[in-house]
Amino acid sequence: MGKTFQKPLALADTITHYCPGCTHGVIHRLVAEVIDELGVRGRTVGIAPVGCAVLAYNYFTFDFQEAAHGRAPAMATGIKRVRPDLIVFTYQGDGDLASIGMGEIIHAANRGEKFTTIFVNNAVYGMTGGQMAPTTMPNQRTTTSPFGRNVDDVGMPIKVAELIAALQTPAYVVREAVITPKNILKAKKAMKKAFEYQVAGRCYSFVELVSTCPTNWGLTPVDAVKWAQNTMLPYYPLGELKTPEGKPAPGAEH
Amino acid sequence: MAKVLMKGNEAIGEAAIRAGCLNYFAYPITPQSEVAEYLSKRMPEVGGVFLQGESEVAVSYMIFGAAAAGARVFTTSSSPGISLMSEAISYIAGAQCPAVFVNIMRGGPGLGGILPSQADYLQATKGGGHGDYRMLVMAPASVQEAVEMVMQAFPLAEKYRNPVMILGDGLIGQMMEPVEFPDNLKTEPSNKNDWATNGMDTRGSQTRNLVKSLYLDPEVLNKHNLTLKAKYDRMKREEIRFEAHNTDGDYQALIVSYGTMSRVCRTAIDLLKDQGIEVGMIRPQTLFPYPEQAVLEAASKASCKAVASIEMNMGQMVEDIERSVRGRRPVSWFGKCGGEVPTPEEVLEVVKGLIG
Repeated sequence: MGKTFQKPLALADTITHYCPGCTHGVIHRLVAEVIDELGVRGRTVGIAPVGCAVLAYNYFTFDFQEAAHGRAPAMATGIKRVRPDLIVFTYQGDGDLASIGMGEIIHAANRGEKFTTIFVNNAVYGMTGGQMAPTTMPNQRTTTSPFGRNVDDVGMPIKVAELIAALQTPAYVVREAVITPKNILKAKKAMKKAFEYQVAGRCYSFVELVSTCPTNWGLTPVDAVKWAQNTMLPYYPLGELKTPEGKPAPGAEH
Repeated sequence: MAKVLMKGNEAIGEAAIRAGCLNYFAYPITPQSEVAEYLSKRMPEVGGVFLQGESEVAVSYMIFGAAAAGARVFTTSSSPGISLMSEAISYIAGAQCPAVFVNIMRGGPGLGGILPSQADYLQATKGGGHGDYRMLVMAPASVQEAVEMVMQAFPLAEKYRNPVMILGDGLIGQMMEPVEFPDNLKTEPSNKNDWATNGMDTRGSQTRNLVKSLYLDPEVLNKHNLTLKAKYDRMKREEIRFEAHNTDGDYQALIVSYGTMSRVCRTAIDLLKDQGIEVGMIRPQTLFPYPEQAVLEAASKASCKAVASIEMNMGQMVEDIERSVRGRRPVSWFGKCGGEVPTPEEVLEVVKGLIG
């Protein structure tokens, strides 16, 4: 009987620095599985953000560049324009992508750059110690919103996938979650589709993943999953928002 | 090749193509926008990449990404734009990637003005971005020299895997002069890109590459900075360029001036000669590394009483001259800002005042 489960070739055999209950490890594995399945490891270049995933390159076995805070989409644009044959993805968190890097992500998406973005939305700045992010939920307590996010003062959380889907340039835009096994399987499917669009040279692809951050939320991993389900998912609905064909696949819309 | 009459900014764009750089990302800003306008037409003709980014910040990271992927790449901007790009320049230097930045300087600080200036001398030579990095800075005095320096900049950037800056005042970009594109400066990329993140298949390698500037271990970061310093020290040994003018015989004063300003100074030196006053000049062609020894030797000539820094700024090069002259001669400054260019007559009067 052959092996039925093994570590993807694209994933390094090492211990990560991520906290217990963190979902980055799950997302890393999904990326690695997709890259293995598409057979593109030898022509893939990943771009690490600034944030918890700044060291993501330690956990993959293909070429990687490290960006400045928020600038990964500009770097991906540079690579993809001079080497359209490479498979390029940015791996970004919500502080990196939705705050300091909002300009770069919107314009890269609007130009229809043929790379893929994995956007990890855990409603908080992780690496710097749990500060408020543009995606932080109303009344959510963080180290810079100790009384809870006051939406009268700092506005509502930004729905980035919806923002990008509103652009007129064709793209694949999807939001999934990595908090239950069922979610994770759907996230994998969405991620694979995103990379397939890139391999075909078809369009820009954006995969938002609702994730948990037990450490900075001050919750156990199990409670963090419940909080994400009860608080984040009603505000951040899952499913395809846009495909280059013009509408979500049947049954995939939210 | 025959001489053609070209505007500096267009000649700079053409020079990059002739040097084998077919990748250009840029954002419009006066007085260098003609480079982007020219290359938006020219790059498609030669099968190259032209992209207008959404900001100087984004453009500078497109440069970083493309350079890290092993491509020969450059951008052009002007002073406020270069301030925005300086963050990426620091990252590119830290990550040891080759890239060429052209700064067609305008007046500052802030929005300043759009007319020619040399007000970014300190930014270009002493930092601009954060951290311990330097970049090779070349200052052309004519459209022809701008063409040659742009063509030389790419192999130099690749030799050191470091950003190189062409620091031209606005006049270099805006004036039209006859230029000839030298064939002998055409160069193939000089390294094998075995460090680049261009995909393992491209290199035929099983080992992946990382391009990064983060070193959390202090010992490792210190070692990394020593590696960078060794490159900057090597630039000081191998890349200093300058031109000496009227320094063979005796002279009563020495002018140090670069870029378009040095051409005004040459006229002033001719006018002074007509009056029986000899004045020498050192024109640094590289501002980093700085021609310290040349300035020291020229200033130390027994007949030379004083040294003057003549610049289109408020005296940003004075410190480098003083450092070079080591107190052996008085160093003074004359200059103007914001698009005002000192006239030969004004330079003449300043120099006469120095020698009494």
